[in-house]
Parts: sequence; structure tokens; C-alpha cells
Amino acid sequence: MQIYLPIAEISVNIFLILGMGGAVGFLSGLFGVGGGFLMTPLLIFIGIPSPVAVATEANQIVASSVSGVLAHWKRGNVDFRMGLALLAGGVLGSTFGVWLFTFLKSLGQIDLVIKLSYVVFLGIIGTLMFIESLRAILRSRNQTPPARRHHTWIHGMPFKVRFRKSRLYISALLPIGVGFVVGVLAAIMGVGGGFVMVPAMIYLLGMPTSVVVGTSLFQIIFVTANVTVLQAVNNQTVDVVLALLLLTGGVIGAQFGAKAGAKLKGEQLRILLALMVIGVCMKLGFDLVLTPDDLYSIGAGGGH
Amino acid sequence: MTTLRALLLALVLACTAAVPAKASELIADLSQHLIAITTGFSGANVLLFGSVEAPGDVVVAVSGPKHDITVRRKARVGGVWVNNDQMTFASAPAFYALASSAPIRKILSEGERGVHKIGVHHLSLTPKGEEPPDRLSDFREALIRNKQNQGLYAEDAGKILFLGKQLFRTDITFPANAPVGTYEVQVLLVRDGKVVAAEITPLSIGKVGFEANVYNFAYDYGLLYGLLAIVVATVAGWLASVAFRKS
Repeated sequence: MQIYLPIAEISVNIFLILGMGGAVGFLSGLFGVGGGFLMTPLLIFIGIPSPVAVATEANQIVASSVSGVLAHWKRGNVDFRMGLALLAGGVLGSTFGVWLFTFLKSLGQIDLVIKLSYVVFLGIIGTLMFIESLRAILRSRNQTPPARRHHTWIHGMPFKVRFRKSRLYISALLPIGVGFVVGVLAAIMGVGGGFVMVPAMIYLLGMPTSVVVGTSLFQIIFVTANVTVLQAVNNQTVDVVLALLLLTGGVIGAQFGAKAGAKLKGEQLRILLALMVIGVCMKLGFDLVLTPDDLYSIGAGGGH
Repeated sequence: MTTLRALLLALVLACTAAVPAKASELIADLSQHLIAITTGFSGANVLLFGSVEAPGDVVVAVSGPKHDITVRRKARVGGVWVNNDQMTFASAPAFYALASSAPIRKILSEGERGVHKIGVHHLSLTPKGEEPPDRLSDFREALIRNKQNQGLYAEDAGKILFLGKQLFRTDITFPANAPVGTYEVQVLLVRDGKVVAAEITPLSIGKVGFEANVYNFAYDYGLLYGLLAIVVATVAGWLASVAFRKS
């Protein structure tokens, strides 16, 4: 069954979109990532114009994150204070990101920047996460206790705040900074930024894995909501019909994902997420390096 | 009485003279002049029909809304393929389809097609600003090739069927990705390798109802549209969570 998308201006199969939403939603609930880093490339692949894919995906992530965060909240796995600090940076970062997006679009280089950002960030994070979680799994098998956290320069920064739920006493500048970087990525890449946020929270801030997913989802809601409004105002690229289809599949998938995630260990989740991230990175990387079928492509006209 | 008869005769003569012989040479029309894009839109067929006075070949050219089209060229920079060259064509048709009653090459010569701008390679694709001929031809061919791959430029869009010697008909197919805007349907009558009559009919493709409302709302009230999109997303996420708590 075909449906015409009013903003994307193409006709798509309803069940294809619902299925994509469901599959990515499942992974989103499982790993606590928005799933945008999978969905945005998929949308572009099926022919949705990339600006529409990026903006609409941000809107869809709002829904899947709300659904996911409620599931985590029930289990007491959301650190709201930490979430607000991340959010403060996130709102600034995503506002700057949408401005950068509009600017790059006018230069005709937005597709390249989107793809390069994917390759670089997915590559670095996937590899780091893979190595770390592999070590964690090996360590738990050998029954050796994890190494104690060391006192580093991070703990010497000013504006220290106590984050009780995360059992941390660190500078508020850290989560704000992390939130800013993730916010920029959220706007440019059409992602919630969970795949950057989750590792940053674990490895940089030192948060316990149990609260990382819920807290990440909590702040992603607001960052992606900000991106949605800014894209709607600046670029008119949010397709609500497409978003509704994606989120119908997505919210249901996310619920199943969250349940499945509760059965897996933290390091098992991380190694699976790492493998997936590396996979997407390699696919996009090859596409950039391989000679395209046609060197020429049609872009939007100057007058539009 | 004779003066009246003379007057009447003069009137009849005047009337027949006022209708040029060529006018009835070719008559054509479309089954509809507006294609409405609704939620279920997946392309459309429009029936073109008409008649010719005396036998000949008929050529139909449909050309779409005119926009500036930018063609970009990739090059390898540091191992990665990057858009690093571009050319913008001023008011180029976004859609072009050609149908004829016999293969176009047999009906009209290359030169004749050039004069009447028939066929994708004779479209007036002019760049903004001066361009060297080699470069222009590379980019022009690339534009045509890309449009053909998208199904938006076609030279064998259909065959015009003759019912007897005078009546003809054909279906003009518009794909689901046909751009919104005003189209021009040009019908030509060809005899002995020359275009002897032509008729132009307008056609437009537009969104109606829900599709149009969403589109206009998004462009006219961007902020409200964005906020509503968030409300919808939040409610959907919450609903799913509630539904799953009970089960």
C-alpha cells in the first residue's frame, strides 16, 4: 500500500516504513540509543531527500525516547539532575548544529558532511566500545575485580556538583560539554546522539551503566525536540506523515527492546552495540571511497 | 431582394473565410487538466485524445515545471569522493516525456527536431553564465542521464494509437515522483518530415486536501508545525508505554 508524503514529495510503501520503524525501535529500546544512526541512512537509501530524512528522524526519536524513558523511569534508572546538565549543553549544541546544517546545505556539501560525521564518529566510538566491552567480558570470566577509578584532571575542574543517582561528584561543565557536542551531532546527523552520549557517560563521566541508558534517553527527548522545531522553522523539512509512520513502528519496537535489554548484561549490550556501530561505519566508509556509478548528480536548484 | 441576397452571400463567405483551413487540421485535448495529489497518490495516467483532418503522424511532448537545476560533479579528494564542481541550468524542465505514433527518428529529422526542440537532447538547457562548450555538454548530458534514471525524462513514454485514420489517443503516464507545478502538453502533427500543425494544452499537478494542508501549514506556520510534531511524538510515545504497562 502506497502513501504520498507531503513534505518529502515522494510515494512510499506504508509497510516498509512501519517495518523499518519497528526494527530500529527495537534496537533503540535495547541499547538506549535513539536509533537515528541506523534510521537516517536507511531513509536516505529508500529515496527520502537527506534534509527531510535528518529532520523527520529527529521528530521520530522524540517519540521512541519518550516511550523508552518511561520504561526506564519505572525501574528508577534515570538521573534527572545529570540529565538536566547534559540537556543545558544539548540545547545550545543543537541550536548551533541546525544553523551549521542550513549553512552547509547552501554550500552543497551537506551530504558529504553528514556521511563523514557518521564514518568518523561511528568508527571511533564503535572501536573504543568494542575493545572496552571485550575486556570487560574477559575480566568477568577471569573473576578479577575491575580496576579502581583513577583521580584525573577531570576531577580537578571547577563547579563541582553531586549527582546522587550516578554516585558522582564532578564538575557540571563536563556533562554540559558532552551535551553540547552531542547536540551539534544530533542536528547535523539526524540522530539522538545516544551512540556518542552513552559511551561518553560511561567512559568520560564514569556513570554506572544502569542509569546511563535512561538518562541518555531523557535528555535526547529534549535535544531532538529542539532540533525538530528548529528544522521546521528554518528548513521546512519535517514530514509529519513520515514521522507518524516511523514512530508507530518505533514506539512498539522500543518497548520490546527495553524488555529484551533488561535480560542482557551491560557489557554484552555494549559489545553488540559496538559491532553494529562498526558495521554501519564501514558501509558508509566504503560508499565514500568506492567510485560512484555516476560522478554527476542533480541537486536542488539555486533558486530553491 | 437582390441586395439582401448579395449581403447574405457576403456574410456566408466572410464566415467561412474567418475559419482558417488549418484550425481543424489538428484537435487534441486531455481527459483532465488537473492531477490531484492525494494521500494514496502513486502516479497518474492522463488520456490524451484528438483528431487530424488528413493522415499524418502525431508527436506529443509533455514538459514539466521549470526550475533552476544544479548539477554537481564529484572528484576524488584525499581518497574520498567529494562534490567539487557544479553548473546551474536556468529554468530547465523538471519533467519531460515524448510520445509519438511512429519512432521519432523516422518521422522527424535531427535538424527538424532541433528547430522544434523535440526530444531530451534538444531541450533548451542553458547554464547561468558563460560556460565553455566541452564542459557545458558534459554537464548537460549528465543532467539528462540523471533525469532519465529518475524516470523524469523519457523519449519513449508511449505510443500514440490511431483509431482509423483520423482519431488518435494515448495515455500520458506521470510517475509518483513527478514534480508539482504547471506542465505544457504540446501536440504536433507531422507530415512528410515537417511539422504542419501544433496545439498546446496546459496541465497542472497539485496537492489537494490533506496533502496540501500539511504542506501549506509546514511552510506558513513553521514554529506551530514543529511544536505540533513534538506533541504528536510525545503522545505517541506515552501511549505506547501505557499500552505495554497494562498488557
